[in-house]
Amino acid sequence: MDALINLKDIVKTYQVGTVEVHALRGVDLQIQRNEYISIMGPSGSGKSTLMNIIGCLDSPTSGRYELESTPVHEMDDNQLAEIRNRKIGFVFQTFNLLPRASALHNVELPLIYSGVSASKRKVIAEEALDKVGLSDRKNHRPNELSGGQRQRVAIARALVNNPSLILADEPTGNLDSKTGEEIMRVFGKLNEAGNTIIVVTHEKYIADQASRIVRILDGNIADDLQLEEN
Amino acid sequence: MISFFIRLWENILIAVRALAQNKMRTILTTLGIIIGVLTVVSVASIIEGLNKGFASQIASIGSNTIYVQKYPWVAGRDWFKYRNRPNITMKDAKYIQERMKNAEAIAPATSTRRSIKYRNNSLTAIGVSGVTMETEKIEGYNIDEGRYFAPLEIAKNKNSVVIGYEIKDKLFKNRYPIGEKIRIGTISYTVIGVMEKRGSILGHNLDSGVYVPVGSIFRNFGFHRSIQIMVRVKDPSMIEPAMDELRFLMRVSRKLKPHEEDNFSINQQEVLTDMYKKLTGGLYTAAIGIGMLSLLVGGIGIMNIMLVSVAERRREIGVRKALGAKRVTITFQFIIESVIICTIGGIIAILISYLFSVLIDKVTPFPSSVPLWSVLMGLGFSTFVGLFFGIYPARQAAKLNPIECLHYE
Ligand SMILES: Nc1ncnc2c1ncn2[C@@H]1O[C@H](COP(=O)(O)OP(=O)(O)OP(=O)(O)O)[C@@H](O)[C@H]1O
Ligand SMILES: [Mg+2]
Repeated sequence: MDALINLKDIVKTYQVGTVEVHALRGVDLQIQRNEYISIMGPSGSGKSTLMNIIGCLDSPTSGRYELESTPVHEMDDNQLAEIRNRKIGFVFQTFNLLPRASALHNVELPLIYSGVSASKRKVIAEEALDKVGLSDRKNHRPNELSGGQRQRVAIARALVNNPSLILADEPTGNLDSKTGEEIMRVFGKLNEAGNTIIVVTHEKYIADQASRIVRILDGNIADDLQLEEN
Repeated sequence: MISFFIRLWENILIAVRALAQNKMRTILTTLGIIIGVLTVVSVASIIEGLNKGFASQIASIGSNTIYVQKYPWVAGRDWFKYRNRPNITMKDAKYIQERMKNAEAIAPATSTRRSIKYRNNSLTAIGVSGVTMETEKIEGYNIDEGRYFAPLEIAKNKNSVVIGYEIKDKLFKNRYPIGEKIRIGTISYTVIGVMEKRGSILGHNLDSGVYVPVGSIFRNFGFHRSIQIMVRVKDPSMIEPAMDELRFLMRVSRKLKPHEEDNFSINQQEVLTDMYKKLTGGLYTAAIGIGMLSLLVGGIGIMNIMLVSVAERRREIGVRKALGAKRVTITFQFIIESVIICTIGGIIAILISYLFSVLIDKVTPFPSSVPLWSVLMGLGFSTFVGLFFGIYPARQAAKLNPIECLHYE
């Protein structure tokens, strides 16, 4: 079976005035379905840049990117939006929920953009909230929820469209370690249920929950480690 | 198609949500639109009212009547010229009466103001109109009590008087007036009739005057006065030839040489309606000008607020894009928002102008109503302004880079 993700010689160069910033210098990476990967590396090494490219929020300067064997690097804005909507779920460090909308409405957003009818939407979104253990908080607004709960809403939103891939860039960065562990348990469960997950983190103990750790250094993959099943 | 409407509906919900979060700003933003639509709709309703009232009153002057007078009804800059004209005289009237072919009825008319007195009751500054047998036809007089003049009374300039409907009440109270003697100025007149109620034209009360044979005015109150000659024609098509004939006869009567200008005016209701149309036309133009200007200002205000709103909500835009909103979707969302703001403004303006109109109708003598076309136009314009001025900010929003938006604090 083909890899879920196939990155070939991905280069990302930012032009800042006259200076070229090489965020990624030729990354090759293959990810299979149902993998659980941690990406580690020092600040500024290119982790977020890589995540944005994998998540189709950004396009590489050069290189090939195939998602489920479809060449993504050739796609235009609208096609990328569609891919993000159907195949990718994002979890951000800062949650990025709409502050004035209820948890339920926040979770419904991806469904709105994929054209699911209002009644179906509600059912699906409630299911997703249930999966992260928040069915009793669906009418709360983000500021009425704790940090951990907000991140769970974000996770529910990320998985509501049944994506091929869930991307989380430092999802525990704004949480205390206890809450962070809770969130990581949610990811663990999702992975057990068959979801493919990529998590960027600085914390060793979080990275260790994954089945594979990719270490990035200065825009290159320095180390790609398959962990023993524990 | 159905999915388009569902999407439209979704976007309306999103927009309403966003606007409800910023109620005060939304209302302030709509002010320009409100003023613009208000101006157009209010002026339209005022003019609509004027049209119904004023214009019909002008029409009641009688479209079949021509007036030969010293002054034109609509005088230009050289009004002083007219002051040197000779008065219209009974001689002119007589000349026309004897020769005019295109007329149904011809009557000289003159008036004065006197105090009138019955026993201890007196009224001051009462209009005294000089009439003839034909005046009754031309003005369509109807008698309530007693009778109109007999031909002989007119011919002999008898001191008989027909009193207006209100004069009877004021002067005689409950007493039967016919046959009583009243004083007009210092002259004694016998009351022979009471006019039916006539109402008013252009705020001028038609029931508060008295009518006497025209010759008696000259005899009793002085010969040196100008008259007017009223000429009634059978139907409006006769107006033109009658006016030509009148002009010709007047020139002959006045012995004017071909190169000399007319030293009289021939007036007809149409000049008033023309003037009225020009006036209201001017009002419309001004209102539409002001309305357009405020809509423009309002539209720029909307654009500005929408740009601010886009800048403030970069994170939201970033999130929506990351979750799969396409450019068109974001564009649509923000355009709908600005259309809704403007339409709300338009609706508020229409409600206010409706209140205005009710107020004008109640408080002033003018009737007023909001015409449907102005409501539709107001709504149409406000929606259009929302659409037009919403496009630029919405496209700015759609162009934003999601990664930068998500990092925006
Ligand atoms: N939009 C941009 N314009 C210019 N340079 C950028 C831009 N985004 C990232 N960079 C640069 O690219 C490099 C990689 O950035 P990236 O955000 O991927 O790092 P990171 O590994 O996620 O770091 P951190 O752990 O601090 O989040 C950095 O040197 C950064 O300054
Ligand atoms: Mg980063």
